[in-house]
Parts: sequence; structure tokens; C-alpha cells
Amino acid sequence: MKNKIEFCRGGGCTAKLGAGILSHVLEKLPKGPADENLLIGYDSKDDAAVYKISEDTAIVQTLDFFPPMVDDPYTFGQIAATNALSDIYAMGGEVRTALNIVCFPENMDLNILGEIMRGGSEKVIEAGGILAGGHSIADSDVKYGLSVMGTVHPDRIYSNNQGRPGDRLILTKKLGAGIICTANRVQAASATAMQQAIASMTTLNKYAAEICRKYEIHACTDVTGFGFLGHLHEMMDGKHSCRIMAEKVPVFAEALDYADEFLLTAAGQKNRNFFGEYVVFENVTFAMEEVLFDPQTSGGLLIAAADREVQSLLAELRQAGLPAEEVGVITEKEDVEIRVTAGRNE
Amino acid sequence: MITVNAMGDACPIPVVKTKNAIKEMNGSGTVEIFVDNEIAVQNLVKMATQKKYGVKSEKIEEQKFRVVMTIKDADGNEAEQDKEQPSAPEQGKTAVQECVTCIPDGRRDTVVVISSRYMGDGDEQLGRILMKGFIFALTQQEELPSAILFYNSGAFLTCEESPELEDLKTLESQGVEIMTCGTCMNHYGLNDSLKVGSVTNMYAIVETMMQAGHIVKP
Repeated sequence: MKNKIEFCRGGGCTAKLGAGILSHVLEKLPKGPADENLLIGYDSKDDAAVYKISEDTAIVQTLDFFPPMVDDPYTFGQIAATNALSDIYAMGGEVRTALNIVCFPENMDLNILGEIMRGGSEKVIEAGGILAGGHSIADSDVKYGLSVMGTVHPDRIYSNNQGRPGDRLILTKKLGAGIICTANRVQAASATAMQQAIASMTTLNKYAAEICRKYEIHACTDVTGFGFLGHLHEMMDGKHSCRIMAEKVPVFAEALDYADEFLLTAAGQKNRNFFGEYVVFENVTFAMEEVLFDPQTSGGLLIAAADREVQSLLAELRQAGLPAEEVGVITEKEDVEIRVTAGRNE
Repeated sequence: MITVNAMGDACPIPVVKTKNAIKEMNGSGTVEIFVDNEIAVQNLVKMATQKKYGVKSEKIEEQKFRVVMTIKDADGNEAEQDKEQPSAPEQGKTAVQECVTCIPDGRRDTVVVISSRYMGDGDEQLGRILMKGFIFALTQQEELPSAILFYNSGAFLTCEESPELEDLKTLESQGVEIMTCGTCMNHYGLNDSLKVGSVTNMYAIVETMMQAGHIVKP
């Protein structure tokens, strides 16, 4: 491909607006009349909107798009689509239809756009959905994503904040993809690290979500722009606390190396500024702290599962090829919301 | 001192440029880095703290920040000219606090309103002494206001023969906007005698006050 994608100031979920400024704006929006069929709206800080249309069906609606975080347009399309589809899975839904969202410079080679959309389309098909249309506008930078519609039984929605004390926390993908992409941007990431991060970012959360359906899951969210700790904070929702064992959290080893080289994103620091006050680290290395705040593009599912089933759930997730780990436990509310400890020195 | 210009650079470029500068320096010395956003400052301070470099940061103007790192040589000696650098704080939470507090962000938010040449009610001579003391104390604050508004008899303070001129010029040189009400200068016959800052009108006064995070009125 001749002209490569123009690299943006920070691609993927690192391009997300900070949580602080965002909630400032959202709080001021006028609220229309309440509708009891809107099961989940943005009062709940959840990943998607869920609207009940009949006793056994609710619609899950979501959209996500962002600038490129990799140079290859086809790979970018796959990652952006995988990330957008993920919100449906995080709600426990099945993907039905998707629409393309495209921003593309008028004077850029249209073959690049073709490649981006081919990558996206393949992922929608893999998800079992139909790519049914889209909307594109001319813009100075490339951005791509999907608006996705899915369905879920109203009684089987995965909320992101209904975890219970004693629930085990499971993470289904490794952390650190954001840092690896950032390192790659300044030519400091190894090819292997980049390949591993891409493989992770293009893995649909469909498989993890389908396995979860067989178990007692109390809360589920996908780890994206606010990083592991940001999404964990939303899951605690002011009601519970949790303990995280740093050495159990699945991470890309190279991401720790790059964090030690300070190849850090602005978004990661914004996450630290915003969520840092909810977290206490005990003997956790600087690099690990950074990875825990690292914004993830197309990250894994963070699941609160009933204790007694956790081993078989984990075994099944791993059998599906996912690097899933039990990373901690939800407790009754304590003075510290999130306590991250390192059992052994790294 | 090596200067790194990272204005307009997105993270992690400021860090990468700084690391290259430190590598080139090959030993002890001082690096100053200019960046255009606070988050970049925080990421630089985070690196300096981890590396146990001395680090200071300051906001120079809107969207311009200066970070100064002092690197010791292998024997732990600092470069001669930079002895006053603070030692690096511990890592972890302290580091975050450090990098948040080192930015005089409050300057953007606070506006000081001087509506009289006297501070407080009562004896006028005392009121003048107090006002002089107030303006001087203002120059000594770590976080400076973004602007000082002068109206009614406050307008005397920015004009010829005001004993506060020197302090106000000091504040102005540090980026504090000094604004004096033009109508008030007319009223008191102070035309053409303004010695510091600029003449302003009621719209600007209202706008400045409306957009202020805090208003300080002695």
C-alpha cells in the first residue's frame, strides 16, 4: 500500500476524551421524560443502551470509532470493528446489524478505505452480524468504527455494576496494548510485541461472552479507554471494594518494558489523574501501575463471577485460547476502593 | 543547559525527545523541556521521579509549560549550577501528588478585584498601608491570579505616583493581566497616567469575573 494511513496524535482508545471532562458535560445534559423500557441508558455509565421491545427481547445499541493505532489499514479496520462489537458482548447480547462510521480525507487513496472496511466487514461477519450500511464524511484524518445493534433477553443482560462481595474478578485479555501501540509509534516496539497486541485486539469478545452465558455472572464490562482500573472503578460503583493481585493480572511482558522506558500515553496519565484516588498500590512496580492505567483498544472482558463456578469458567475460557486469569475478588465496601497488591517481588 | 522543544508534540514524544537529550548529555547536567499541555508535564515528571532526577515544572503561559530536570553524574554529584534542585520524591503515590502540585494551575482560575484604593473600612491611612501590604503579599504567592481588575478608586493603584507600581509590574512580568477601568480613570482625571497593564471596559470586567474560578476581593 503506497500512502500509509496518516498517523493521528494518538490512535485507538487512547484518543478517548478524559473521564473528567466528559462527566462534566454529561451531567448538564437535559433529561427527557423517563421511559421504563430503557433498561440501561447513560445514567449507569454502562457500555451501551438497552431498550426492551418485548417480554423476551431487548435491543442493545452502541457505537464506537477512533483514529488508527496501527499503520496497516486492514488491521486497523479489524481492530476498530472488534472494539465496537465488544460493547454488545459486554452487555451479554448477540450482534445483529452494524453500520459503518467513516471519516476519510477526500484526497487519500480510496484503496486504503477499502482495506479498512474489508477488515471491519470480516469482523462483523465473524460476529454473526450483517453489515447493513453506514455513513461517511470527508475529514482531515482517518477515523473508523461501527454503530452496532444487538439483542439480548431482558433477564440476561450483563450489567457492569451488579457484582457482589465474594465474586471473583476475571480478565480475559492481556493488558498493555495501548503502551505497545504507543511504543510502536516511536519505532520502539518489537515486531513480536506488536503482533501479539494486534492478535489480542482483533480477538472478538464473542467467545468469552458465550462461555460466560453458561455460568453465574453478576457483572461484566469490556476494558477499553479508561484502562483496567477505570473500568474496575465503574464496576465497584461506590457500593463495593475489591482486591487485585498484581501478579495474577495478565499483561504483555513487553508493555512493562516499554512502561519502564516511559513510552506512556497522555490518556494513561489522564486515567491516573482521574481514577488514581480510588486505588492504593502495595509493592506494585511503577511499570505495572502504568499498565493497569493503560487505555486498552479492544480490551478483554472484566467479569465478576460467582465464586463456586470460577474454576470451571476459567478452564473453559482458557480452552478457547484466551489468556484469562482470576485477578482479584470483590469485597464489602472498605475505606480503599481498589487495593492492588504484589505478593512477590518482580 | 540543554533545551528541548516539545511544544505541539503528543505523548510520548516529549519523553522520547528528553531521553535523547539526556543521552547526548552523557553525564550530569540540566535539561529544560517546553511542552504545551499539563499531561505531558505529568508524564515528564513521572519519568524524572522514577529516574531520581531533580525535577521542577512551571506554567509559563496558557499552553506553555517548562519542565527542568537535573541529572546527577555517576558519583551522585549534581551539576555545579543547579544545587537548589529538590530531591526526587519516592515513587508511587507520592510521585503523582508531586506532579499534580508542581503545576501552578490555580493561576488560570483566580481573579483579584480591587475596587478601592483602601483595604477595608475605617481609617483611610491604615487602608492605604493595608492595600500596599496586600499587593506585596500577592507577589509572594506560589500561585498567582490570572488577572487583577482595578475599578473605582482602585484605578489610582495602576497610575502615576502609585506606591504599588513596582509590585504590580512584578506581577505583570509573571503573566498576571492587570486591567484598569477606563471610565474610572476618566472620572478621577487619571487619563494618560496609566503605568502598568491596560485600560479595560465593563464588558471585559464582567467577562473576566464571570469566567473566574475564584474571585479574591480585599
